[in-house]
Amino acid sequence: MKGIQFQQLRDAGDPAELAAAHSQAGADEVVLLDISATHEKRATLADTVRRTARQLFIPFTVGGGIRSLDDAIAVFTAGADKISINSAALTDPSLITRIAERYGSQAVMVAIDAKRTNGEMRFEAYTGGGRNPSGRDAVAWAREAEERGAGEILLTSMDRDGTGAGFDCELTRAVSEALNIPVIASGGGGDTQTFIDVFQGGRADAALAASIFHFGLRNLADLKQELQNAGIPVRLPC
Amino acid sequence: MIAVVNYRAGNVTSVKKALDRLGAESVVTSDPEVLAHADKIILPGVGHFSSTAVLEQTGLRTAMLRRIEQGVPFLGVCVGMQWMFDSSAEAPGTRGLGLLSGTCVRFPESVKSPHVGWNSLACREDSRLLRGIPSGAFVYFTHSFRAPLVKATVASCEYGGEFSAAVEQENIFGVQFHPEKSGPIGLKLLENFCGLKC
Repeated sequence: MKGIQFQQLRDAGDPAELAAAHSQAGADEVVLLDISATHEKRATLADTVRRTARQLFIPFTVGGGIRSLDDAIAVFTAGADKISINSAALTDPSLITRIAERYGSQAVMVAIDAKRTNGEMRFEAYTGGGRNPSGRDAVAWAREAEERGAGEILLTSMDRDGTGAGFDCELTRAVSEALNIPVIASGGGGDTQTFIDVFQGGRADAALAASIFHFGLRNLADLKQELQNAGIPVRLPC
Repeated sequence: MIAVVNYRAGNVTSVKKALDRLGAESVVTSDPEVLAHADKIILPGVGHFSSTAVLEQTGLRTAMLRRIEQGVPFLGVCVGMQWMFDSSAEAPGTRGLGLLSGTCVRFPESVKSPHVGWNSLACREDSRLLRGIPSGAFVYFTHSFRAPLVKATVASCEYGGEFSAAVEQENIFGVQFHPEKSGPIGLKLLENFCGLKC
């Protein structure tokens, strides 16, 4: 499923088949976000995770609806390499530490959905798939997540999500420079220049794109080749 | 039969899945008796160096050392490779296997940690484990501590300085990266290991 600015969700296909196809096409990593899980209060479907993991020999992250250590254990047992937590971490930050202590920090990705504000905070973290403002400054929250044991931050700009208009480089840079763990920029990936901008200006350690690949708008191998030509280290051949 | 050692903090499922894909006969076990009859042993690992302490408490350490002495090929992955060294700064109270001398240390502050993602290898050509894998090949890493370069180093990687990405000495082998997560290159490495005759 893939949306635009967190609304207008449309079905992009079976996750297991999509993951296998992206892997074949040279993706470096697959992230499965069960984005409606928290909203509908249902657990991540262990069966989907299991089916997807079976076909993958690249890193596989699962997020959405993980609210407890037990939820995390179920997802790891089904074959995930990392879990991504968002709302639950904001509600109970100690969850980050408890999962990291059991599986290691490298297995804990904290996802932050951030939106620009007009107030004192420049970027505010949202919960519930972008439904609820948390009142937390996104940069300060990212720093706390790192201190509590997160190994990576998946940072999504709600303003840019699904637009293809370019990543929010200011947001990405503010978070990346404040942290010592890798930051993955998400939301707004479009033409090659948008990726160059987020790696150079935004100081992103990695970039995540969904729509442009799901709907066949971009070829991953071409994009990687163009990034390498621009002097950005990428895995080639993919 | 390849024994994949199961202890609480391992990427056991992924390693088993990759061996299944290769058609290699394997069993996931935490029974020292099973290790005593295994043709090959893989020690996976993700997580904290201290998680290897359980190997000592359950008799698996002794069983592994005995099989290694008998010449059985052994492959340590990630923390499993670090455990082949004397110790790690991550858990000074936990002793390693001591098959390779040295201590694993944290990355310098000049680079972000953990080192996570795809990075390239500089390979030694005489490696049996890396046969058919050229220098420059990308593999998937995720770790906060790293092993020093030693005589047994057959592949190095550069991230805030060089460290051991793969080691090989007689029948013992280790990789800091995750072959089970490194696409076709990783599967090739596991295939090489499965085909070893020691």
